[in-house]
Amino acid sequence: MKKKETVFVMGVLLAVLIGAIILDALLPSYHIAIKVVKKAVVYSLVAVSMNLLNGFTGLFSLGQAGFMLLGAYSYAVLCIPVAKRAGVYQQYNGGIVQFSLPEIFSGLLGDKIGTVFGMLVALLIGGILAAVFAYLIGLPVLRLKSDYLAIATLGFAEILRAFFQWRTLGPVTNGSNLLKNYPDFSGATGYIILGGALIAVIVLLVNSTYGRAFIAIRDDEIAAEAMGINLAHHKRLAFVISSFFAGVGGGMLAMYMGAVQALSFKSSMTYEILLIVVIGGIGSITGSILTSFLYIASVEWLLRGLDSGKFLGINAPAVFKNGFRMAIVSVIIMVVVLFFRKGIMGDKELPDLLRRRAKKGGSAQ
Amino acid sequence: MSRNLLKVENLTMQFGGVVAVDNLSLEINEGEIVALIGPNGAGKTTAFNAITGVYEPTNGRVSFDGSVIVCNHPQGKMERTYKGELADLYKSERILNPTPDKITALGMARTFQNIRLWKSQTVFHNVLIAKHMLAKSNVFTATFRLNRREEEEQRREAMELLRLVGLDDVRDELATNLPYGRQRRLEIARALATKPKLLLLDEPAAGMNPQETIELADFVHEIREKMGLTVFMIEHHMDMVMKISDRIYVLDFGKLIAQGIPSEVQSNQRVIDAYLGVTEDA
Repeated sequence: MKKKETVFVMGVLLAVLIGAIILDALLPSYHIAIKVVKKAVVYSLVAVSMNLLNGFTGLFSLGQAGFMLLGAYSYAVLCIPVAKRAGVYQQYNGGIVQFSLPEIFSGLLGDKIGTVFGMLVALLIGGILAAVFAYLIGLPVLRLKSDYLAIATLGFAEILRAFFQWRTLGPVTNGSNLLKNYPDFSGATGYIILGGALIAVIVLLVNSTYGRAFIAIRDDEIAAEAMGINLAHHKRLAFVISSFFAGVGGGMLAMYMGAVQALSFKSSMTYEILLIVVIGGIGSITGSILTSFLYIASVEWLLRGLDSGKFLGINAPAVFKNGFRMAIVSVIIMVVVLFFRKGIMGDKELPDLLRRRAKKGGSAQ
Repeated sequence: MSRNLLKVENLTMQFGGVVAVDNLSLEINEGEIVALIGPNGAGKTTAFNAITGVYEPTNGRVSFDGSVIVCNHPQGKMERTYKGELADLYKSERILNPTPDKITALGMARTFQNIRLWKSQTVFHNVLIAKHMLAKSNVFTATFRLNRREEEEQRREAMELLRLVGLDDVRDELATNLPYGRQRRLEIARALATKPKLLLLDEPAAGMNPQETIELADFVHEIREKMGLTVFMIEHHMDMVMKISDRIYVLDFGKLIAQGIPSEVQSNQRVIDAYLGVTEDA
């Protein structure tokens, strides 16, 4: 039974990977389908990292956009090619960071491998920076509970955004101007592999003894503490790990967007991710992933016509005006929440549901 | 004479102007089953909470297994409003108020009066999670499954405990789906998973019928023998208390009013008065 499931999960992962490779081979990299997959992978990663905190540890934090900002800037600053820095940092004489990780590593490891390795190192540094910040913020903030924790983390994210636009930091962050011209994975395959691997790490964590301790804290803090689980230590651990993945996710988002600016990491980005987590089911990793793909695909692609006059063959420019799409999305979300009170998946995972189906059918022992 | 395991000295717990536990001193020796009884609101659970670190006692000292684990004296505003006795006794001692997890790690595990199982988890996982405290793996080795031997060991021990308390047949049920009596047993199994020297039971038989209570009494007796435990319990069911306790402490309005072996306590006039509610001027 157990072995069968592992084989099944492996099979699904392999199918997704092959699907991504085929998609890359058939479509040009600027095709909307590729873009949707890329963005959905990034959002999946960030949503799962948020779920680790909000869903599995029961800490209601809204700092996700702040940690993503740290990751995005780390990636961008470390990866812009030296030759293009003068153009990017126009107002700051080319900035003070005068190296580029992908270039350094391509000098050491060869062009192709070195560039990818440098990009990965930059993402990792972004994650670590976010984790370090989370540790420091966590020292005072994690004493708070529920709504108060949410407000404190939200405030932190907003302060960070303002701070990054500060002129004095300009030589590093380029002030409120765009950072651009850094490298990206050309197709969706790179995103799928990297995002998949990172999410897999979170899944392993959640199912380890530490993940179980997190769930115990969520279910009953007093009982967890009485059973010898150090609350301060474990909450900090969950916060730091979640922020690490949010940081890496932020770096990948910067990659996807092609140009990054502190202004885009507003609290509305956190809300978007929170929405995905809640609709997918708080405490369900597969729920977060599925919802990310559904949400991004409908907002970025399938419902586009609602904004541009023509949808499903109906031509009604008077109704389908700019902004109509988001109105429809809001209605859909309300309907989903009304019918699925605990999100699409509740706190179950996809394999759990399949198993139950099998049991009902009487085929399982 | 066996060794002293838990020693509570002059424990006072004051909330605002209310003294919930007043100058309580008691001792528990290794291998004993000791009961703490008293009418509703006497301060029994408060005393438990002060011993296990849920509350910081206002005054007093608790020693466990030969070393001081909790020590406090009235400070700040409490210095002026303190209504208890012996405010100066522990002034010169170092203040110690560890969190409950630290106290559990020393070998003292408890159950709760109002059952506090992890609701979303199965019976098996409730016991397994409690094993986390003893895990030596760090978050990396645990995530990347480099602790396989420890993990298997934990699972095996958790399963053994379930067998011991007779819950192995429902290991995959949600904890909240169990009947009340079995949930209480699961709480005991969970506490045992931390490998305690001293087990504190807060009304283990609450809500049980006489038959279940007798079974529970036998069970507590049995695990004491099997695991070499010491048991300290709060209980209202006098049949159970009289049947298995080696010694009894009686609390009324926060004060210790009697102590001794069951037969002594049973015939103590103050205890009878406390339970029947004799008025002062009668």
